[in-house]
Amino acid sequence: MSEINEKLVFDKPEIIIDRATHYCPGCHHGIAHRLVGELLDEMELGGNTLMTTSIGCSVFLYNYLNVDAVEAPHGRAPAVATGVKRARPDHFVFTYQGDGDLASIGMAEIMHAANRGEKISVVFVNNTVYGMTGGQMAPTTLIGQKTTTCPNGRCETTQGSPIRMTEIIASLGGVAYAARGSLDSVKNIRTAKKHLKKAFECQTNGTGFGFVELLSGCPTNWKMTPLQANERIQNDMIPYFPLGVFKDISEDGGIC
Amino acid sequence: MSRIVVQEDRCKGCLLCTTVCPVNIIVQSDRFNVSGYKVAEVPESDAEKCTGCASCALICPDVAIKVYRTPKTKGGK
Amino acid sequence: MTKQPERIFIKGNEAIARGALAARCKCFFGYPITPQNDIPEFMSTEIIKAGGDFVQAESEVAAANMLLGAAAAGIRSMTSSSSPGMSLKQEAISYMAGSEVPAVIVNVNRGGPGLGDIGPAQGDYYQSTRGGGHGDYRHFTLAPGNVQEAYDLTIRAFDIAFEHRTPVLILADAILGQMKEPITPWTPEKIDDEAGRDWAITGKTADREKRLIKSLFLAEGELAEQNKHLQAKYESWTKLTECEQFETEDADLIICAYGSIARIAKSTVRKFRKEGKKVGLFRPITLYPFPSAQLKALAEQDKRFLTIEHNLGQMVDDVRLAIRTVSDSDFFPIYPGNLPTPDELEEPILKCLEGK
Repeated sequence: MSEINEKLVFDKPEIIIDRATHYCPGCHHGIAHRLVGELLDEMELGGNTLMTTSIGCSVFLYNYLNVDAVEAPHGRAPAVATGVKRARPDHFVFTYQGDGDLASIGMAEIMHAANRGEKISVVFVNNTVYGMTGGQMAPTTLIGQKTTTCPNGRCETTQGSPIRMTEIIASLGGVAYAARGSLDSVKNIRTAKKHLKKAFECQTNGTGFGFVELLSGCPTNWKMTPLQANERIQNDMIPYFPLGVFKDISEDGGIC
Repeated sequence: MSRIVVQEDRCKGCLLCTTVCPVNIIVQSDRFNVSGYKVAEVPESDAEKCTGCASCALICPDVAIKVYRTPKTKGGK
Repeated sequence: MTKQPERIFIKGNEAIARGALAARCKCFFGYPITPQNDIPEFMSTEIIKAGGDFVQAESEVAAANMLLGAAAAGIRSMTSSSSPGMSLKQEAISYMAGSEVPAVIVNVNRGGPGLGDIGPAQGDYYQSTRGGGHGDYRHFTLAPGNVQEAYDLTIRAFDIAFEHRTPVLILADAILGQMKEPITPWTPEKIDDEAGRDWAITGKTADREKRLIKSLFLAEGELAEQNKHLQAKYESWTKLTECEQFETEDADLIICAYGSIARIAKSTVRKFRKEGKKVGLFRPITLYPFPSAQLKALAEQDKRFLTIEHNLGQMVDDVRLAIRTVSDSDFFPIYPGNLPTPDELEEPILKCLEGK
């Protein structure tokens, strides 16, 4: 009797391609991919989506999401997405970028796409390290964090402080929504999905630029187990990168 | 009764699922999958305890967990 | 083509912009730099009136990457810049060549290296014909020699870009960009606005696989295959070469020059012809692919060659490569920073004509 009534209550989103990812065990990219995929399915955006991928571990996102995509040079995804959106304004356009891509080499592109209020959505995965290239210092690397290019730990005096992107983005005129979530716990993952949904809605209802930062674990380059990595997000990252919504004008009826 | 199905060829043995299970029934098995990861499992003896909350599936970075729930029916067990 | 009767008196830069609109360019991405500013200024209002879109980007890097995005979406799009800005665009141009998207890029060449000056020069010839960014690639390069041709070749550039899925560069210079001439504008009869329907990203539908515009090829053998494919494409362009030949038939000496310098040299050739001197002009219009066959045919007629460029000697390499089995070319440089008159070309041409 019970077997007949059994319902599948959690499964892979339709839009996620059924294949193993290249990510390391415990890497949070897979969670971020799934949240994006769930929303594209739930909001029925898949057939209308033009995705802009970036450079870094997530360069292969186009192998995992069953949507049309263009691959941008390192850091340039917001510019490429601007071109895509201006060319096909009726489509849903988003970028998916890591912290090296977005906050270092692509700082100009993200700032100006946001400031112009491009009707695009940006998924920003911050794991405080360059993953693909082997764990070098990123603009978001925490003070004292050891990487392959700051083996003694990031030094504030000579290497500057980790950049809080969401706060900067929230301060720009063209931005409709800016929030920071985290992928380290079930509760935070649920909230992160709400942030993403809000950002996506800012595009679908024409409000403006939506930005969501996702604090993520990189056990391999942090030289930790996945469980230790999740603890680090709680203990070290969230205190420096506070979670929450930093800007949301969607409630006020939007910008022109 | 609820249950989870771990797609073993996708599991990378990160064990994040084991940390979020409210009834603590997910453990690392002795089995290696084709990629050489020791996969997560719910031992047969604990299967009954699954609440179908889907926390494990939510935190799984590899979309390797399916969750099934059976709604309680009148006169059911 | 339907020739419209009107004549308009405009700058070369404006002719390029109007040519793009006649070719139904729908997106323009610009950034200020002299001497190309008339193009983004014109486009900022006119492309909007034509139902398109204009973005003043934060940099040439961004403008070129916006172009990559719009091109990937299969929409007729353009960017323009001038030498220092072109260096910055090379990243995206390499990606566009690698991922085979059609786009039109304009370089109104100015003096270099570095900031150089804002006057005319031809110092970007190598960059324009060798694939100016990283990796092995080429793109189509067209070099207009007057304002009408700037208009015409811009229209052609869009057709070539979409037919061959390649970036197409229009290489002008500060003289051509800033010079006013009367032209006859025209509009192509047929333009396929959805020419990218078979490959562009337009949103995945149930009846087709997802599409991916990319230049990353990691699987074993994949990149080699892609490079082989690109090479075959570039080789197929050799039949599309174009050049102007002026008084070459009975000439003893052929002046090889392109763009504005060819025009100045043409005045000198005209003057010498009146004096009975057997000089002709060979002007490549396609710089890549280079009209080597046409040039070689001249060399086989036992003619001598003098290449004149507004740089320290770049196109002369292509001239020599084209005729290497039968002849050679002398070279006369006009240093960027100077602007020659037809009179100043007389002496070097005479020297060559008299066999030095």
